Amino acid sequence: MVEPVLLWRRLVGAQIRSQFQYRVSFVLDLAGNFLISFVDFLAVLVIFHNVHRLGTWNVREVAFLYAFSSISFALTDLVIGHLDQFPQKIRDGTFDILLVRPRSTLFQVIGSDFQMRRLGKAIQGAIVLAYVIGSLHVQWDAGRIAMFVVMVPAAIVIFSSVWVVAGCLAFWTTDGGEFANAFTYGGNFLAQYPIDILSVWLRRFLAYIVPLAFVCYFPALYILDKRDTLGLPRFVDFLSPVVALVAAGVAGVTWQFAVRHYRSAGG
Amino acid sequence: MRLDWEIAKVGWRRYAAYPWATAAGIFTNTVFGFIQAYILLAVYEHRSDVGGYDATDTLTYVFLAQALIMTVYMFGWQELALRIRDGSIATDLSRPLDPQRYWLAYDLGRAPYHFVFRGVLPFVFGALVFAFHYPTVPDAFAFVLSVVLAVIVSLGFRFLYNSSAFWFVDVRGVMMVSLTVSLFFSGMVMPLSFFPSWLRTLAHALPFASIMQTPIDIWLGKHHGAALVGVIALQAFWGLVFLGLGRLTLRAGRQKLVIQGG
Amino acid sequence: MIEVEQLSKRFVVRRGRVRRDRQVIEAVKEISFRVERGELLGYLGPNGAGKSTTIKMLTGILVPSSGRVSVAGLDPSRRRIELARKIGAMFGQRVQLWWDLPLEDSFDLLRHIYKVPPDRYRTSLARFREVLDLDPFLQTPVRQLSLGQRIRGELTAAMLHGPELLFLDEPTIGLDVVAKQRVRDFLIEINRDEGVTVLLTTHDLGDIERLCNRLLVIDHGSLIWDGQISDLKERYGAERTLIVDLEEPAPPLELDGARVERVDGPRQWLRFRGSAAELTARVAAATRLVDLQIAEPDIEEIVRRIYSQGS
Repeated sequence: MVEPVLLWRRLVGAQIRSQFQYRVSFVLDLAGNFLISFVDFLAVLVIFHNVHRLGTWNVREVAFLYAFSSISFALTDLVIGHLDQFPQKIRDGTFDILLVRPRSTLFQVIGSDFQMRRLGKAIQGAIVLAYVIGSLHVQWDAGRIAMFVVMVPAAIVIFSSVWVVAGCLAFWTTDGGEFANAFTYGGNFLAQYPIDILSVWLRRFLAYIVPLAFVCYFPALYILDKRDTLGLPRFVDFLSPVVALVAAGVAGVTWQFAVRHYRSAGG
Repeated sequence: MRLDWEIAKVGWRRYAAYPWATAAGIFTNTVFGFIQAYILLAVYEHRSDVGGYDATDTLTYVFLAQALIMTVYMFGWQELALRIRDGSIATDLSRPLDPQRYWLAYDLGRAPYHFVFRGVLPFVFGALVFAFHYPTVPDAFAFVLSVVLAVIVSLGFRFLYNSSAFWFVDVRGVMMVSLTVSLFFSGMVMPLSFFPSWLRTLAHALPFASIMQTPIDIWLGKHHGAALVGVIALQAFWGLVFLGLGRLTLRAGRQKLVIQGG
Repeated sequence: MIEVEQLSKRFVVRRGRVRRDRQVIEAVKEISFRVERGELLGYLGPNGAGKSTTIKMLTGILVPSSGRVSVAGLDPSRRRIELARKIGAMFGQRVQLWWDLPLEDSFDLLRHIYKVPPDRYRTSLARFREVLDLDPFLQTPVRQLSLGQRIRGELTAAMLHGPELLFLDEPTIGLDVVAKQRVRDFLIEINRDEGVTVLLTTHDLGDIERLCNRLLVIDHGSLIWDGQISDLKERYGAERTLIVDLEEPAPPLELDGARVERVDGPRQWLRFRGSAAELTARVAAATRLVDLQIAEPDIEEIVRRIYSQGS
């Protein structure tokens, strides 16, 4: 159990080292990434220029959601964002090489293209969070602190699982890789806003099927001491780690299934 | 003229060759449209007018924007920059076909494909769920003209920041800043009518509003008579400005290549 | 080491954009062969013949449609990860090293992926560094390496974990003569000294000529030759060429059992079967002979003949 983690750390470490070598280029990339993700926050501010509340959420609370989803999404993108290029890898046969190595293919894919510049978005989220956390008057207790700590890892696992399942499409279709964007980048877009402004069927979809509501919304309900307007019981707010585990399981199984298809149908 | 038509066909075919990618794109645009629609609708729970737009206007805006995103191709066009980086530009410049003319014709062939095959369906899906504003016949014609001009303005701008590759080894920085500014001020992220008035004034002074906001405003019937003519003329103006600047950078770039020896 | 019995692979391909007609392609049709430990054999075939499909089934990338496959005692499609430890693969066109990282880092990562004990890794790497002369570019990022350097890196990568069986797909493609020789010598050495079994897929007949004594030839999914190269030459290459230099240019010699293939001034190329000495005597009797050479049939010709005959 430990050994894969160590190997993973090595792989990531080697990539970080090589990216740091071109310092100027790296800083520019990081800044560019920061800027373009900041535009999304400007969108939030523009909305709140016109209203004081979105649903039952004020600007600081939405900023909180936005910050957490930014950080989680950026870290996910770091680990698995390169799945966007996966259809290309399958087309040119690079995936086959992974099958000749004595490791699971999914393990090899995760973290195999660790682009540090994607942290720009995370930094932007962190700044927003730092700015807004004081004025939210959170009643910090053990539970809330625990949730605060667990939120981001759980969010990363959920986002990653969605990304992996969406990425599996590349095994079945040739150009259909873009379908994944609706879920990955769409998911990011959605997670920035409280889901209670969406229609009922969409809320249910995001809670039960593609569990993006658990990325930030439900944990945030707990931390900010808000009630879900859907009327779901309170314990749902604590479910994000559980949902993360289930999502990871589903992603793993889907991946196995997809690879098996690839190996039968012909590379 | 015949040559331009042939190039335009190349542009069309390049994207028509991947129907699955187009289908996937339609799906993505539709999903994004619905997400943004609901978010902005929530704003209308508390007011009925935002910067001259009512709820119907905004909903129409959202889905028109989704239809126009690929038509105008704001995101990530780097073909020229790539050709400059790998040196193919030298071959392009040695041919009797002007690169700017080539890419313009190419884009004018590509845009109709994206408009029809990626733009219409998401709009239709939106129209099934929400009530949209539909233009009068004259406004519809003006809209089509405006979209064509918007594509030209967009191409002119993209050509410009791509040609920075003549001088910068790593164009990513320039790309990011250009993309950020143009996306935000074109009205793609949020309708300009939502902006605070000072920001809105700034946005309308910049050329990017001509890429998305203007055609949509025409569809929504926000401009009449002289104002309508004015706003279309403004698009044409920005198109000429960008294309003109593009000619200058192309010439400067060509000189640089000659001096460097390709 | 390798046992293949009635191995087949069928693909379902959908042609056309709209109608999507279904078509079943038989890429590999019931081929059977055995490879013993320590062999160094070539696997030839025109493009689309089924070569890479076979290799993919042997390495566990593809699951066969029918038939039996056993590599190093394991079923590749079922025990892929276990098998991966015992085999090394190198696909000439595709990079398995990490593009942005220094070569050294790639080796280090692979060591951990394959779980090679540190001391074995050190000795192994030291040996490759010496034989393939890796030191000058060990620290260079892979994307900056020349083709020859990259191939040497890839070979090392394929072998660092001490595999029993090597699958090499076009390992010398695009290399210059010196580099090709270095690689070939290396392969002969590891095959002879360590008993590593090598299955070489290649279009380069020079590789075949210098490295392999056994050849498998596949065409249209079927195995059309499986045997020693010497047998191959005997069966298909019975004709040799006697190159004679006459005293002065002359019209093509007319001799029984010999056919003049080419004339260039005083030199003539005679195709013949049987005894070279006997033919030489007859030539000398017929005209003034200054010098002569005997050319063995080259394998390119032979293979071309096999492909055109089909079996």
